[in-house]
Amino acid sequence: MVNVTIDGVKLAVPERTTILDAAKMAGIQIPTLCYWEGLNEIGACRVCVVEVEGFERLFTACNNTVDEGMVIRTNSKKARTARRNNVELILSQHNSNCATCVRSGNCALQQISTDLGIQSIPFEKQIPEVTGNPDFPLIRDASKCIKCMRCVQVCDKIQDSHVWDVINTGSRVTVDVAHAYRLEDSDCALCGQCITHCPVGALKERDDTQRVLDAIDDPEKIVLVQIAPAIRTSWGEYFGLTPDVATVQLLGTALRRVGVNYVFDTDFSADLTIMEEGSEFLDKVAHAKDHKFPMFTSCCPGWVRYVKAHFPQFVDQLSSAKSPQQMFGAVAKSYYADILGVDPKKIFSVSIMPCLAKKHECAIDVMNDACGDPDVDVVMTTREVVRLIRAAQVRPGDLTAEPLDMPLGIGSGAGNIFGATGGVMEAALRSAYFLMTGKNPEPDAFQTVRGMDGWKESTFDLAGTPVRVAVVHGLANAGALLRKLDAGEVEYDFVEVMACPGGCVGGGGQPICDGAFKAADRAPVLYAQDKADTLRFCHENPSIQAIYRDYLGEPLSHKSHHLLHTDHHAWQMPAEKR
Amino acid sequence: MSRLRLFTTNQAQQTVEELYKDIERRIQAAQPGLCPVDLAATFLHISHSQSCGKCVPCRIGLGQLEQLIDSVLNGSATLETLDVIERTAESIYASADCAIGSEAARMVLKGLKGFRDDYEEHILHGRCKALQTQPVPCVYQCPAQVDIPGYISLVHEGRYADAVNLIRKDNPLPATCGLICEHPCEVRCRRTLVDDPINIRGLKRFAVEHEGEIPTPEIAEKTGKKVAVVGGGPSGLSAAYYLSMMGHDVMVYEQRKKLGGMLRYGIPSYRLPREILDHEIEGLMKSGFKAVTDVSIGKDITMAELKEQYDAIYVAIGAHTGRKIGIEGEDAKGVLSAVEMLRAIGDEEMPDFSGLDCVVIGGGNVAMDVARSAVRLGAKTVTIAYRRRKADMTALVEEVEGAVADGCEIMELHAPLRIEKDADGNVAAIWVQPQIVGPVEWGRPKPVDADVPEVRIPCDRVLVAIGQGIDSNTFGQYGIPVKRGRIDAMDTSSIGDVDGIFSGGDCVTGPATVIRAIAAGKVAAGNIDEYLGYHHEIKSNIELPRIRFDDHKPCGRVNMKERPAAERRHDFKLMECGMTEEEAKQESGRCLHCDHFGYGIFKGGRVAKW
Repeated sequence: MVNVTIDGVKLAVPERTTILDAAKMAGIQIPTLCYWEGLNEIGACRVCVVEVEGFERLFTACNNTVDEGMVIRTNSKKARTARRNNVELILSQHNSNCATCVRSGNCALQQISTDLGIQSIPFEKQIPEVTGNPDFPLIRDASKCIKCMRCVQVCDKIQDSHVWDVINTGSRVTVDVAHAYRLEDSDCALCGQCITHCPVGALKERDDTQRVLDAIDDPEKIVLVQIAPAIRTSWGEYFGLTPDVATVQLLGTALRRVGVNYVFDTDFSADLTIMEEGSEFLDKVAHAKDHKFPMFTSCCPGWVRYVKAHFPQFVDQLSSAKSPQQMFGAVAKSYYADILGVDPKKIFSVSIMPCLAKKHECAIDVMNDACGDPDVDVVMTTREVVRLIRAAQVRPGDLTAEPLDMPLGIGSGAGNIFGATGGVMEAALRSAYFLMTGKNPEPDAFQTVRGMDGWKESTFDLAGTPVRVAVVHGLANAGALLRKLDAGEVEYDFVEVMACPGGCVGGGGQPICDGAFKAADRAPVLYAQDKADTLRFCHENPSIQAIYRDYLGEPLSHKSHHLLHTDHHAWQMPAEKR
Repeated sequence: MSRLRLFTTNQAQQTVEELYKDIERRIQAAQPGLCPVDLAATFLHISHSQSCGKCVPCRIGLGQLEQLIDSVLNGSATLETLDVIERTAESIYASADCAIGSEAARMVLKGLKGFRDDYEEHILHGRCKALQTQPVPCVYQCPAQVDIPGYISLVHEGRYADAVNLIRKDNPLPATCGLICEHPCEVRCRRTLVDDPINIRGLKRFAVEHEGEIPTPEIAEKTGKKVAVVGGGPSGLSAAYYLSMMGHDVMVYEQRKKLGGMLRYGIPSYRLPREILDHEIEGLMKSGFKAVTDVSIGKDITMAELKEQYDAIYVAIGAHTGRKIGIEGEDAKGVLSAVEMLRAIGDEEMPDFSGLDCVVIGGGNVAMDVARSAVRLGAKTVTIAYRRRKADMTALVEEVEGAVADGCEIMELHAPLRIEKDADGNVAAIWVQPQIVGPVEWGRPKPVDADVPEVRIPCDRVLVAIGQGIDSNTFGQYGIPVKRGRIDAMDTSSIGDVDGIFSGGDCVTGPATVIRAIAAGKVAAGNIDEYLGYHHEIKSNIELPRIRFDDHKPCGRVNMKERPAAERRHDFKLMECGMTEEEAKQESGRCLHCDHFGYGIFKGGRVAKW
């Protein structure tokens, strides 16, 4: 322990504590801007500077540690002046048109500037003009970038994708795409983690809400919406509603108020995914000699983009099953169009996802198996659906939740946990056990694959067959696993990968909460819902049983293959074209 | 009224003079990887501020040029802009009245040629090709990438053994390097911005002197793989050390009587005492490799046999043959090559130069070693004859000054013509042609014969130190590609299509420095390990001290002192004095910790393992 005095408060803190943390222990909040605990502790913005007795110069609190007897002043004239000056300098190169900024009200720079009472700046504004391609799902607005480097760090360290880097030197330093000139030519997985780590509005998703409104306004269109599992853990955050209130049903109700015709649950197609992917896995195990293992899950389009760009040798080991989103789209414009008795081309299929890569996925030109039109027309992130509801002046807190539409509005608890790391694996194992033994396992028998460890592994006994599984989330963990597989250092039968840390609950399309890892709070919501559900097995979902009985036949049938499976070689990542 | 007045400097001018010094130091410490176009614009801006404004090309032209280059940087230029820049710069160069304008324009023209692709990258893609890849200047200037800020912080805390062990992660010869490294790490030290570079080599030496016993390194599980290292010099020994740590069985084959290579047979012991070298080699051998000496590849054992017996071979034979001047009389008795002389000294067969007049030919570090050794061997006079100016010598300035202090005479601008023999074929004198310094070619002024008569320097010995060659014939015959005597290996130490044979050090680069040889050994060890199918990691578990705060108040650099010339010139004992603890503490406290402060904390600040 070392003794320190911070703003007159004397306390003892463990050695090597940062000044920032020591101040927190003393009940003193030092403002930060570029800092992100454990990820970006580089002292770039110089906002957290403090004065240390005995030194003329100031030191950053975020990445410097205390020493015995240190006397620190966090808000002395010198510290205060430098802090304010540095924020003013940042503002001089920041497009501060807050009123039209997507991050207004949720912006770390706006917050610090307001907190410091800055109402004008003494510097000439120098705003760069370059802005990213407005048609790509991920857009960088150079006029707002404050070079905090968080995007570079998350892309390097957490996502192993190395898309963003520091470009140029001296006064022209900026962040831009490395190894390519345009984002669309890079190996970006579209995980969107750079957006959720951006303190300002420099990185954002392409906003597709207007396309949804146009469809709603078109009397010829039947607008139906599917809602991904992870949305129900987070969409209420903006409205101050907790997940027990902000349910999927309440979101559906709000969307009906906005003008959507039918509201369904992607949990349904998550169940369908398990039927197809689980059957595919068991079929491969039965013919093990003809297949390479492990088989990888394919639900996460960020992961699919990553593996195609960086490890093409593993692409053939991806499950051929489409993601739940695309399965839903294909079913909506075939099976459900038949139920409604309408031309599938009249259906406008909207998907609400915590994800940016889904925006790319729905636009892949082979994802049109139902009727020739895209199976999913528009993907909105959680943030966009919140904006859609707000723009319609709908106040979800004032609504009473109504049930979702049927038959595609029902999913099992197993489908529900798809939204968290380990969930796909657990759901698959529950049904695989049933398919192999004819009886259901204990629903929680496979819970060792849950949790926020980056790389989890287990071996389960399925009717005498040991199945070695691994679950990774965060693409750096995926990359590490693939490298070990390549080197022959690990062996598995079945591997689940989710690109975002924590899985979809931590997705790049989720509400942004500066500096916090929200996935760890959101995942338990899904598990609690699963626990409370009476329907905990995908194969027991009555709507799943009905669609196989009435339409598809059986898993892996010809029709299932046509609608629910895809060829991962049918399109290329930029790296595959090079 | 006074008719004349003395020029005095006012306070503004004095301050500007100080700022010039600041800028000089700033340029000296500039990190590589900066945008050259941005720098070109900046240099132009400085140049323009020096314009007196009398003449059009300089007063207006330099400003317009700067605007044009700025337009390139700001993305508003086209490829045609480059033509305008070129034409304008050429006109300014040709028509400016004085050098302030013409030299500024010449710099722009030089840049247009030298980094035209950077200009084009800015115009076509709005960005620069330059990349900031060297955040910690000392680490990246060190060929072996030693964790310098790390060990300096350990020295500051008095943790000397930890400091040296941290060095050993990347450089297993810290004692040697503490004494004789050319310390490229100091060249761009960021402390130069404040006052002077840190005395990094001195701190290394201090740490080694206070290390205590050399520990036995941790050895990985035995792999059963066998590696032969040909050459027991710094490169071979470094490779052998790391490969042994990785669990491979290593045998070093050394042609001479003892290990050490040029450290023993090229560096005089007054710079690197034999007991220190022997101790260091003993320490290295704790890693478990074996060595045989007095074995010549091609004579005692063939490459084919080695290839048969080992899974991989590292060829690090150094550059040990003396170059000849190629003048009449060079076959006279008493003409010795530097290599021959230093080799004999290495085996402790000291030549007796008592009462003899010696002339050394050459101006490099080896020439100084030979001259200063000759003094110590009792020579009556030692004259260093060099065809260029003293200022053009490639030897380190301190070596030249040291030689002079030891009593050597430098005859600059004297080119050797012929050696005169006496009746018995012994050296009687060397004839030299006085030179006049001439036009600059390839960055160095070329000496030209002066219009004055030849000079006869009577002497008993001529010591030739004009470079070394590589004895690579055996390896070339075996099928290893050799280019102009050098083994043609890549920067990974591997050799084109030759499977399982690696090479590095002086035999690849030509005569260079000990730290480059060590780095080659390290690179070879890593790549041989990979070739053998492993991925062993060399790392250090030493926890570094808390980063100190500092106000960067200017403070002089602790320079190394030497024993008085009058004393040291009579013996081969270590010439340089080490730092005191007080000095080491102060000097280590000057480190700015670029691994933590600046770009280093963001990217590339610390390479914890390799």
